[in-house]
Amino acid sequence: MATSSNAPLIEVQNLGVRLNTSRGPAQAVRGVSLALKRGETLGLVGESGCGKSVTALALMGLLPDSAVLTGSIKLDGRELIGLTDGEYCKLRGNRISMIFQEPMTALNPMHTIGRQVAEPLRRHTGCSAADARREAIALLDRVGLPDAAKRVDAYPHQFSGGQRQRVTIAMALACQPDVLIADEPTTALDVTIQGQILDLIADLVEERGMSMILISHDLGVIAENVQRMMVMYGGTVVENGETDKVFSRMGHPYTQGLFRARPKLGARKGTRLKTIAGTVPELADLPSGCTFADRCPLVEDRCRAAPPPVIDVGGGHGVRCVRTDVSMAAAVGAPA
Amino acid sequence: MTASADAPTVATARKPATGFWRRALRHRSFVLGGLLSLLVIGAALLSLVWTPWSPYDIDVASKLKPPTAAHWLGTDVLGRDIASLLLVGARSTIAVGIIAVGIGLTFGVCLGLLAAARKGWTEELIMRMSDFTFAFPAVLSAIMLAAVAGPGMLTSITAIGIFQIPTFVRVTRGSASAIWAREFVLAARASGKGTFLITIEHVLPNILSILIVQATIQFALAILAEAGLSYLGLGTQPPQPSWGRMLNDAQTLLFQSPMLAVYPGAAIAVAVLGLNLLGDGLRDLLDPRLARER
Repeated sequence: MATSSNAPLIEVQNLGVRLNTSRGPAQAVRGVSLALKRGETLGLVGESGCGKSVTALALMGLLPDSAVLTGSIKLDGRELIGLTDGEYCKLRGNRISMIFQEPMTALNPMHTIGRQVAEPLRRHTGCSAADARREAIALLDRVGLPDAAKRVDAYPHQFSGGQRQRVTIAMALACQPDVLIADEPTTALDVTIQGQILDLIADLVEERGMSMILISHDLGVIAENVQRMMVMYGGTVVENGETDKVFSRMGHPYTQGLFRARPKLGARKGTRLKTIAGTVPELADLPSGCTFADRCPLVEDRCRAAPPPVIDVGGGHGVRCVRTDVSMAAAVGAPA
Repeated sequence: MTASADAPTVATARKPATGFWRRALRHRSFVLGGLLSLLVIGAALLSLVWTPWSPYDIDVASKLKPPTAAHWLGTDVLGRDIASLLLVGARSTIAVGIIAVGIGLTFGVCLGLLAAARKGWTEELIMRMSDFTFAFPAVLSAIMLAAVAGPGMLTSITAIGIFQIPTFVRVTRGSASAIWAREFVLAARASGKGTFLITIEHVLPNILSILIVQATIQFALAILAEAGLSYLGLGTQPPQPSWGRMLNDAQTLLFQSPMLAVYPGAAIAVAVLGLNLLGDGLRDLLDPRLARER
């Protein structure tokens, strides 16, 4: 815990994940690096299948045994890759926790919510059942579950989706983790509830001084909730930087495509949504050059020849594209 | 915020537990199943202290009599009192059912849970072993066991129990694997739970209803298997009455005195039905999602 404020709390270097799929080995994550200090927030954006969730699961040590990890993941200077499952169990839920996408299935239907929130507490802190229960009620109250003291003995099916997500947040925060990974926490919820849940998460992150990695495919969610962001495509980070900087001037054609594809209010009726042509490449069969080459409007021969390097376009804003001179001239983004 | 202030005053007694029997007594199939099961257990207990006649008394002169005041359900081909035979037979039925299913359930569920939790070669080994056991019919394994240990009720119970293990292994592994793929298991792992705790706290409770239903089916099969083994002379040995053997004895006289088959058949049906209803009820009562609608 006693780290100087400058040392990163969690540091990932050149992370690679190879999964064994039915179609053969697939390099799901390639060369992902990130560093988060205490209290910092980071967003991961990208389409489904781009490696966001695999990165998150790799941090949690929850990938199947057959997955091959390379690179390094350090929590407070301690290497996590290669830890035994028993050692990882002591970290999970205690120092690093996760909120999942689907609140309807993330709770065990057979146990009361009170028991599920109290369990990580009992296991990691070894407090008594009565204390854990009291703490669970306080937590449920903090995450805004109405009438927490009365409803602590209710079962998950008796709650709405938004309420269940509040319960899973309480579960994840029970042991005051240092790092919170939120994997699309609002994707399954109504838009009105989405805002409330994100505000709640933001409040809790600030209140407890946690670091947060927020995963989303929604640029709007990322724009409003994190300090820094990384755009992932085909298992690699194609653009990263401070959220404001990236949004004011997007460098990678893929990020620009995502930005253009968002629905707009006030568009004329009958206007079609913009899309990015093509589909996400199969991870088992990635192109040798830039992974986005097949869908890129600016593609050249050299894009297909070798993976492009990260180009710093100013102020720590990195873009993995050799054609930033052209792409950034288009000035796609939302200048503040 | 006011809720946290009065939180410590909340009683720690758990509501669902106290409400269980209240709900159970209102659950129709649970009550009916319970009564039928109690009837069988009652018959077995009663036979320990009293039967109208001795089930071992042979009186060939009064064989195959229809029901009379003395012999309530008549007599069989050797002149034995059928009512007494049924009462005493309940004992072996219960013994076979409970012990054989107990063996199958204990070993089968443990192996199935292990297979689902460990995956890889552990799973392969367990599943191939159970395939191997499946390949031998119960009768064959009973004959093998009888050759080693000698025929008798215990031999047949053990053989039936062993034969039931692979069924439970398969059912357990299949349903447990489905639970392992659920997100709440991932969430439990993310909160730091190990494989063993997840198996006990998350997987087992969620497949319990399937296991209960399977166990009641296997109970019925065990009774019938015991009947078959007795017929071959490998199960309960002759003077000892058993419903299964009564049924098999009645086979040859089906046209002369069909009622001989009806009585033990009805007794087996009552035991199986009772247990099925009880299992159904138990499944509903243990599932918090179904519980509230009753």
